[in-house]
Amino acid sequence: MNPLVTPEIGLIFWTTVSFAVLFFLLAKFAWKPIMSAIDERERSIEDSLLKAEAAKEEMSRLTSENEALLKQARAERDVILHEAKKVKDQIISEAKEAAHTEGARMIELARVEINNQKAIAMADVKNQVASLSLEIAEKVLKQQLADQNKQDELVSQLLKEVKL
Amino acid sequence: MYKSSILKSKIFRGLQIFCVFLTLTAFLSPAFGQDKPTQEVEKGVEKKFEPSEVILEHIADSHYFHLGGEASFPLPVILYTNKGLEVFSSSQLEHGHTDYAGKYYTYRLVNDKVNVVGPANSLTESASVFKGSPVVDLSITRNVVSMFMSIIVLLIIFIAVASAYKKREGKAPKGLQSFMEPIIIFVRDDIARPNIGYKYQRFMPLLLTVFFFIWINNLIGLVPFFPGGSNLTGNIAVTLVLSVITLLMVNLNGNKHYWKHIFIPADVPVWIWPLWWVIELVGIISRPFALMIRLFANITAGHIIVLSLISLIFVFKSLYIAPVSVAFVVFMDVLELLVAALQAFIFTLLTALFIGTAIEEAHH
Repeated sequence: MNPLVTPEIGLIFWTTVSFAVLFFLLAKFAWKPIMSAIDERERSIEDSLLKAEAAKEEMSRLTSENEALLKQARAERDVILHEAKKVKDQIISEAKEAAHTEGARMIELARVEINNQKAIAMADVKNQVASLSLEIAEKVLKQQLADQNKQDELVSQLLKEVKL
Repeated sequence: MYKSSILKSKIFRGLQIFCVFLTLTAFLSPAFGQDKPTQEVEKGVEKKFEPSEVILEHIADSHYFHLGGEASFPLPVILYTNKGLEVFSSSQLEHGHTDYAGKYYTYRLVNDKVNVVGPANSLTESASVFKGSPVVDLSITRNVVSMFMSIIVLLIIFIAVASAYKKREGKAPKGLQSFMEPIIIFVRDDIARPNIGYKYQRFMPLLLTVFFFIWINNLIGLVPFFPGGSNLTGNIAVTLVLSVITLLMVNLNGNKHYWKHIFIPADVPVWIWPLWWVIELVGIISRPFALMIRLFANITAGHIIVLSLISLIFVFKSLYIAPVSVAFVVFMDVLELLVAALQAFIFTLLTALFIGTAIEEAHH
């Protein structure tokens, strides 16, 4: 048989022994600590990632909560402002209306007063004109008219005296 | 994008330079150093260069570890004979030039194999083949030394990495640790988990050991001089052991469903069952057998191609062919770097796959 494909007892023996020794030494002193360290680290990485994910979720939850709060606050503010505006408008319009009515009332009063005064004044004037005319006529009649000039003078003098 | 492509090209350039270096040093490799003395011995009669001899010599195991050129150091020969244990240095055998009289027998090296010299000076069969031979060769050969070195390297690397994990607990990996971690995670996430399922953790130590053992030995095999120069993962004995481990792991972990499928197949008439058992048995054996042959053939083929290309220079006896050879060898070495990782990956992947089928839960 070709020596290449003839397994030699010696090498088989030494390979078996060496491989067994290598296997037990590596398994005990290398693979066990290495594999457990790698697994441990992978677990911790996984944990960290999960935690990070949870934190992120929490964060986004908080953010959205904040946003909602803000939105709510804004809406409330808008409502309040709106109401305030409405109240203001109402007050203004009420005041306007009140002022308007009051003004109209006062004008009306003034007008009535004016009319009263006017009527009183007119009555007074009428009385005075009547008495005056009577007085003038009396005086003219009293001084019999001798002189035309005197008559004219008298009339104009009397007229000057008239104070309406 | 731009930056990373520059980085890649730099790494690639580095790889190329490294491979050229490897190839140049290949001229010093044992196979060629070996050639010279025989030529000189032939007293001026130039011996014809036999590439197949040289190549096979490199591919096969040896009782000497060549450092380069003619320098080599002897390795211990350990023989388990029917009378007792014999231990002596391979320097006593002088590359087969002298016989060594041990305690129980006299030994001679023929084709780098220890043989017992019988009373009538007739050689018995090669010691390691067992055919009526009274000795079993348990020598520390070149491959065994290379394997020991690879094991030391693996232990140093991974115990250092493990201590780095302990020291830097919970921190990001650094240095060697950060180089090894992606590979370990690759074995876990791309080999073990998809093929075995949720029970993968139990098999991780074996898969990791097999993966890195094959890979590092493939890489050591690519180095043509001292620390390398061996062909460990291209040796059928080594791949045999690895595939037997796979065979045992698969069948010892086989669950009820797995064995039921083999022995009491549903929807199969009872009279076919014996035939079914034979087919299943062949299946059980052939899967690890294919693993054994695949790794052996891939690594050995790579070595043979590289050595053949280098041999071209000596076959043509021309230095002008050298640049062509070197260019091809560089190409092959780069390819072999890929194959080294790929074969480790495939072996581990298929082991995981077989384990996965054996421990699969019944789902119908």
